[in-house]
Amino acid sequence: MTEPTRTEAAIPLWEVFIRARNGLAHKHVGSLHAPDATLALQAARDLYTRRGEGLSIWVVPSAAITASDPAEKGMMFEPTASKIYRHPTFYEIPDEVGHM
Amino acid sequence: MYTQGLASGVDTNERQLEDAALLQRFQERIDAEERIEPNDWMPEAYRRTLVRQISQHAHSEIIGMQPEGNWITRAPSLRRKAALLAKVQDECGHGLYLYAAAETLGVAREEMVDQLLAGKAKYSSIFNYPTLTWADIGAIGWLVDGAAIMNQIPLCRCSYGPYARAMIRVCKEESFHQRQGYEIMLTLCRGTAEQKEMAQDALNRWWWPCLMMFGPPDSASQHTDTSTRWKIKRFTNDELRRKFVDATVPQAHFLGLTVPDPELRFDEATGHWVHGAIDWDEFKQVVAGNGPCNTQRLERRRRTEQDGAWVRAAARAFAEKEKSHRNAAAAA
Repeated sequence: MTEPTRTEAAIPLWEVFIRARNGLAHKHVGSLHAPDATLALQAARDLYTRRGEGLSIWVVPSAAITASDPAEKGMMFEPTASKIYRHPTFYEIPDEVGHM
Repeated sequence: MYTQGLASGVDTNERQLEDAALLQRFQERIDAEERIEPNDWMPEAYRRTLVRQISQHAHSEIIGMQPEGNWITRAPSLRRKAALLAKVQDECGHGLYLYAAAETLGVAREEMVDQLLAGKAKYSSIFNYPTLTWADIGAIGWLVDGAAIMNQIPLCRCSYGPYARAMIRVCKEESFHQRQGYEIMLTLCRGTAEQKEMAQDALNRWWWPCLMMFGPPDSASQHTDTSTRWKIKRFTNDELRRKFVDATVPQAHFLGLTVPDPELRFDEATGHWVHGAIDWDEFKQVVAGNGPCNTQRLERRRRTEQDGAWVRAAARAFAEKEKSHRNAAAAA
């Protein structure tokens, strides 16, 4: 990567979450740069809701997010794969009992 | 999230020693149509190819605001003006989605913008042509956005998740662009003889540069092979160009316009339109910086960046002030 040539400080990055309509959770839609939370919200409105995509917006500083490492997904998630007794289909119920 | 790569940086030297097993595993994931996400292991060349492609795509959207912005104040009606404003705003939004997608690969937006301003980055050759009349706004929406859609729809299935997701948003919005352009052409073609002549003139000037948008012929393209293997690219330049010509020629006929290619013919055997030879020298000249508007476009972009510096400085200063007020209040 080349050295940055500009003297201006970088503008912080934010992650944007939008609730499309009441009853749905806020969903990650993308990122943007803004100096503070107020401007981040305004920019999120302009950038991600130009066609009525949402009723509510969250903006979160990207630096505040802690993410799991995909390289460790085995250690992280494999234990759930082996616990098949956590799924309803593990248990045998006679057909005569009907839907359960 | 997607931006962790920025914080951790990319140690290029470390990646030189790429394990053959990792490479094989990566290719298997691609072949199985799995999406690659920002923090996943990827070959350096994959990362480089994507940074180059996505940043060029972003620059194209941003520079692409200029030829159309040129006509906002002179749009012939309030309806046309509102639509054009919305379209140019969309192009800006597309640029920003794309810069954000590229940033997930560990390159800062500022760095990409600096490369553009320094004249080191490329953007689509098409935006170095001038918009001389109002009909050019119709031709751009119909042809340039039409060509962009052909190129972008397969990119919605690109192997790199953030790029594919950005493309899905972009494609949803481009459809309005193409329709508003075609409607402008249709209105002109149903107007006076002079208006129809204007529409024909715009088609004459934009047709060949639009065919060039798809890039060099397959026989000469350097990037196609690896990009295809990595499923960044799903169709070759020539395949996409053919789809565009097949879709567009009947639309031109409906307008009652003549495609400026005396060799254009319909091949009954293949069911495709066959176009004449493209002037690749012109394409090379425009890409090399010698198109009609290259200098003007970059100068304009540089001036805008400079003119906006005080706004960014003020917003930063205000954010700092608010932060220190909050800290003082918390300490009290």
